[in-house]
Amino acid sequence: MALTREAASTPRVGGPSRRPHGKRPPRRTADARAGYAFLAPWLLGFIALTAGPMVASAYLSFTDYHPVRGGDWIGWDNYQRLFDDPRFLDSVEVTLLYAVVGTPIKLAAALGVAMLLNNRRGGQGTYRSAFYAPSLIGASVSIAIVWRAMFNDDGIVDEAGQLFGMSEGGWIGNPDLSLPMMILLAVWQFGAPMVIFLAGLKQIPNELYEAADVDGAGAWRKFTKITLPMLSPVLFFNLVLETIHSFQVFASAFIISGGRGGPANSTLFYTLYLYQRGFGQGQLGYAAAMAWLLVIVVGIITLIFFRTSRYWVFYSGEGR
Amino acid sequence: MKGTVASEGLGRRVRRRRSGRTVLFHVSVVALCVVMLYPGAWLLLSSFRPTNQILGETGLIPDHTTLDNFRTVFEGIGGISFWTFFMNSVYLGVGSVIGICLSCSVTAYGFSRIAFPGRQVFFAIMIGTLLLPFHVVIIPQFIMFNEMGWTDSFVPLLIGKFLAADAFFVFLMVQFMRTVPKELDESARLDGAGHPRIYWSIMLPLMRPVLATASIFAFIWSWNDFLAPLIYLRSPENYPLPLMLRQYADQTSTSDYGAQMAAATLALVPVILFFVLFQRYIVEGVSTQGLRG
Repeated sequence: MALTREAASTPRVGGPSRRPHGKRPPRRTADARAGYAFLAPWLLGFIALTAGPMVASAYLSFTDYHPVRGGDWIGWDNYQRLFDDPRFLDSVEVTLLYAVVGTPIKLAAALGVAMLLNNRRGGQGTYRSAFYAPSLIGASVSIAIVWRAMFNDDGIVDEAGQLFGMSEGGWIGNPDLSLPMMILLAVWQFGAPMVIFLAGLKQIPNELYEAADVDGAGAWRKFTKITLPMLSPVLFFNLVLETIHSFQVFASAFIISGGRGGPANSTLFYTLYLYQRGFGQGQLGYAAAMAWLLVIVVGIITLIFFRTSRYWVFYSGEGR
Repeated sequence: MKGTVASEGLGRRVRRRRSGRTVLFHVSVVALCVVMLYPGAWLLLSSFRPTNQILGETGLIPDHTTLDNFRTVFEGIGGISFWTFFMNSVYLGVGSVIGICLSCSVTAYGFSRIAFPGRQVFFAIMIGTLLLPFHVVIIPQFIMFNEMGWTDSFVPLLIGKFLAADAFFVFLMVQFMRTVPKELDESARLDGAGHPRIYWSIMLPLMRPVLATASIFAFIWSWNDFLAPLIYLRSPENYPLPLMLRQYADQTSTSDYGAQMAAATLALVPVILFFVLFQRYIVEGVSTQGLRG
């Protein structure tokens, strides 16, 4: 929550800054020196590991750089080739589907369970931990291996399906079911946004619901008129983070498909294809173009979220 | 229930209805928990099953239990012991924790406790890097570390942790420092302490809770990290556990499910242990700071 607000408004650090109005210049210069000294590690890291590489990768995206052969300037070729590359287009489709279908389901599950748990019936702490646990391990290789075994031919999901008369075989080898399987893995990790929703629900004053009860509002009206608006900052935070998160899924897709993104490119996530091109085939220029495209798209989506937020995100006690 | 007075009949009925609902609530939530935890339980129990009885086994309790899978895993892979992989993961995890606790707390102190020109701008930039996809920097970083001859070592995996590249932790610590009263460092300054002193003797000890939260997440994220080791490490003796698991998954994809399950279980043990021990820190960290798993 704090994060979204921070990024949305101009960040102010550390409250009112004490400024001696030029009365004691020595302390001010000393402070400036100390400030930069304290920031030195971060600044070095920012220049060497973030800003520099971003510029470098922009440059690389206009070359056909290869780790052994080196590279030449080829202008917009990489970008043009991307849009003629069927595998690239597949990867975009897979990733978008995953984000657009998976994120709302995950958030709906998170909100639903959070509302279920938000009462005084006890055991909340234990339940919260139990539901959260998958979020901690869900992106690990171990869980990818479990998923692969469960959804394989003759795996338990296949067996369970046969009990209900569905003999689809394993989901892994089926291009229509492999992406839903990945989405299930994402939804399984609804615990993290759920915990955040739960913290948000606790902030809603009970008087609002009591007043609504007096006015005879039903459960649905209370949900749409009180819960959702009061929760919208948290919802916004979860939505931004989960969406960005979903663009970056890698390890599970890599392990489950053996690094190939199959069958029929159905789990060829954007990052997986970027890895294949850049580090599998050494086409670092091409991969850099993909990376920059991802940054631009993520930037645009974030911008859209922030721009539209003023129409649907409601900050109570909003004074700014 | 039995002890209620007859005149409270209405209250009793309401209470009974409420307790019925409570039972229903607990039953449904527990059922949901079972579904959620099923994959984990299935993994754990499968690792004790004979390898040919794993795949289609929906039940949880094995007919035959065996330790063969674990024996296979402890024999190692390609002549390298399981403990080599395990210790690599430990080194990386501990290195991350040390790097992040030091560099991020120093940076956070600079941002929240010292007034200097450009501070707001730098802070905004740092927040901006939170949303930046990691992939845009990984290719030039790879080329750079390759040129420096640092690939196939832990340096590329740890250097960012020592240079406060994980903005989330800096942000977390800045948020924490805001709750520490300014008067504390003001009075220390009057006593003649400089910023390094205040940071080291006043701030750092106060930061224990936030350092604990950051350490737990730093360790678990490092433990689970797959992409960076995959890119930088070539020699199997440098592999951490996720890369070892990948080898099991690749080489023995159809034959030895048992070993895969046992290896996957062993790789999760420290994470689960951390979770059980530090649950409160972890879940609180998520609910108040929006940390991810």
